[in-house]
Amino acid sequence: MAMIDIQHISKWYGSFQALRDCSTKVEKGEVLVICGPSGCGKSTLIKTVNGLEPIQEGEILVNGISLTSPKTNLPQLRAHVGMVFQHFELFPHLSVRENLTLAQVKVLKRSKAEAGEKGLQYLERVGLLEQKDKFPGQLSGGQQQRVAIARALSMDPICMLFDEPTSALDPEMISEVLDVMVKLAQEGMTMMVVTHEMGFARKVAHRVIFMDQGRIIEDLPKEDFFGKPHTERAQQFLDKILVH
Amino acid sequence: MYDFDFDVIWRSLGYLFRDGMTFTLMLTTCAMVGGIILGTLLAMMRLSSYRFFSAPAGLYVNMTRAIPLLLVIFWCYFLLPYICGYVFHELYKISPKPIGDLLIRIFGYQVQDGTPLRIGAFTSSVITFILFQAAYYCEIMRAGIQSVSQGQMGASYALGLNYWQTMFHIILPQAFRNMLPVLLTQTIILFQDTSLVYVLSITDFLGAASKVAQRDGRLVEMYVFVALIYFVICLFLSYLVRCLQSRIAIIR
Amino acid sequence: MNYNWHWLIFWEASPDGQGTYLDTLLNGLQWTLVTALSAAIAAFVLGSIIGVMRTLPSRTLSRISMAYIELFRNVPLLVQMFLWYFVLPEFLPWGLGEDMKRLLPPWGSLVPAVLCLSFFTSARVAEQVRAGIDSLSKGQKLAGLALGLNLRQTYQYVLLPLVYRIILPTLTSELMNVIKNSSVALTIGLIELTAAAHAMQEFSFQVFEAFTAATLIYIIINIVVVIVMRFLEKRVAVPGFIGTKREAVITS
Repeated sequence: MAMIDIQHISKWYGSFQALRDCSTKVEKGEVLVICGPSGCGKSTLIKTVNGLEPIQEGEILVNGISLTSPKTNLPQLRAHVGMVFQHFELFPHLSVRENLTLAQVKVLKRSKAEAGEKGLQYLERVGLLEQKDKFPGQLSGGQQQRVAIARALSMDPICMLFDEPTSALDPEMISEVLDVMVKLAQEGMTMMVVTHEMGFARKVAHRVIFMDQGRIIEDLPKEDFFGKPHTERAQQFLDKILVH
Repeated sequence: MYDFDFDVIWRSLGYLFRDGMTFTLMLTTCAMVGGIILGTLLAMMRLSSYRFFSAPAGLYVNMTRAIPLLLVIFWCYFLLPYICGYVFHELYKISPKPIGDLLIRIFGYQVQDGTPLRIGAFTSSVITFILFQAAYYCEIMRAGIQSVSQGQMGASYALGLNYWQTMFHIILPQAFRNMLPVLLTQTIILFQDTSLVYVLSITDFLGAASKVAQRDGRLVEMYVFVALIYFVICLFLSYLVRCLQSRIAIIR
Repeated sequence: MNYNWHWLIFWEASPDGQGTYLDTLLNGLQWTLVTALSAAIAAFVLGSIIGVMRTLPSRTLSRISMAYIELFRNVPLLVQMFLWYFVLPEFLPWGLGEDMKRLLPPWGSLVPAVLCLSFFTSARVAEQVRAGIDSLSKGQKLAGLALGLNLRQTYQYVLLPLVYRIILPTLTSELMNVIKNSSVALTIGLIELTAAAHAMQEFSFQVFEAFTAATLIYIIINIVVVIVMRFLEKRVAVPGFIGTKREAVITS
């Protein structure tokens, strides 16, 4: 059984169709990178996987649980699907430690002590243990994003979703975030990553999806995608971003 | 259940609108025009780098905004006669003949006695509302002037315009345009606030309704009707402001 | 000026049997504070609920909240006061209306005044809460949901703590407004501060002294409110969070 199973989903914003009949699968331990020009629907696609964007057609199964079924407890499901946002979205009024523990206590019903221990353990893994009592506004962008990753990991997720995790960062901070993500991938975490960082894709991705105008037009193993994509559109895109 | 008599509204419609609403609208218009002019001057003073200008303007605005409108209405109603009497008396001492004649012609006021000047209810309330609203319009205009970039001021000075030319031709037109929706919203509040002249037994829209209500013992019908009319007018006006706001947003 | 100054009037006995004129004013102040603070607390709770409703996904709830806000914002406060005082008791079931009319002073006017000010102010608080929530990036809500918090928890732990910090300055001016607006209750017979000053003026004819004292008391209240809210702002300030760094509204 695939960890994430997306079956023929479509989504409209009013009359604008954001996703057109998209299907793909992510196996356990697999790293999937999604790329494509801006406005192609890649961010929408990843947000449908934990139900932040509702879909009008199709079906999504996460670990065998249907997202569209009204019986599904969405908060419980989301608690086990980690998500990292483009703009970090740490809660600015809570300290780093409180950011890490809030959902553990309120959703997973862990004790404060247990949640704190878990949170700090992951904070150490992203190398920011000494920042535990600071507030998000006092950290750099790269540090904030690493805290956001630690926040998602401390919920013990079964898979992780990354929505352009480095595109709001200054260039010198991108690598510190990518390093954390690479380590995570190498440890066998199931990951879906929307990114333009092709270096990251080459290094750890198993498969790459290329999207355009709401459609998935390439879904290939990494070697094939970088070697010889099937469509001209994907080739053009690759030429543009790999030129530099 | 309560026994309604809507006929009382029908019977008093002419009085309510011809006397009451006319007064309310006149007062609103005069206070808006006067308030915006005085408020703009106050805003320019508050933004002045000379403390001689900015300090008194700041004091006036902050003090006015700290006290209730009703208190201001009482202040003006009881004290304007004294203050005007005093001012005119002083003027009279400087040049008795022309001032004395003028005051008798306009107010029928014998300045020699130095008694308080009797001011009409309308004049008194117009002055009150101009003085009070100016403080609120001032804060809006201050934000408006500050919303125009410093570069505009510099560019205008660079072209050789002086302070007043810069203000009137460059800064204020932009400030007004930016702040138009807020100024109009404040005017809707002013329109509602004018109902407070009720405490001076003036026949504004609410005052007229209240008089009919007391006379015929029909408080429920009259007050519900008044509320309805105010609601419809204000809702319509704020709808217009919102339309204007979105149009301005598009132009920008 | 033809005016008999008499600043010692405050220590003379007032004919209303409350002691000196100063006692009359302080009694008024007491009712101003009781009315305004009860209304402020009720308005804060009610306004938060209505404001949150406005931002919920449910169309119906959002519409109800919008209608509520428009209703209380587009009818003058004085008219609303009359509706609560004169009109509401006629329509209350189970003889509650008769009970309301039979309440002894000051309760007979205090209860409708607090109700009126609570609803009036709650609409304004609701609008600020709504605007505050809208001003947050949509990502905050998504991040809360993505962590598995349900909608109520997301509002409780993520959105509202941020919103209250952002709108604290405007809530400060709203608190000042409700204190000033409580003076409108004098029209239904509540002897609050402005009414007390007016009464003092009627008994003693010392207009200037009475209104000066009331004005000073309002200014002092204003300063106290600003100091308390500044302190509160510092207490809840979060390092590095822009929302709390905004310049506080000094007096409004």
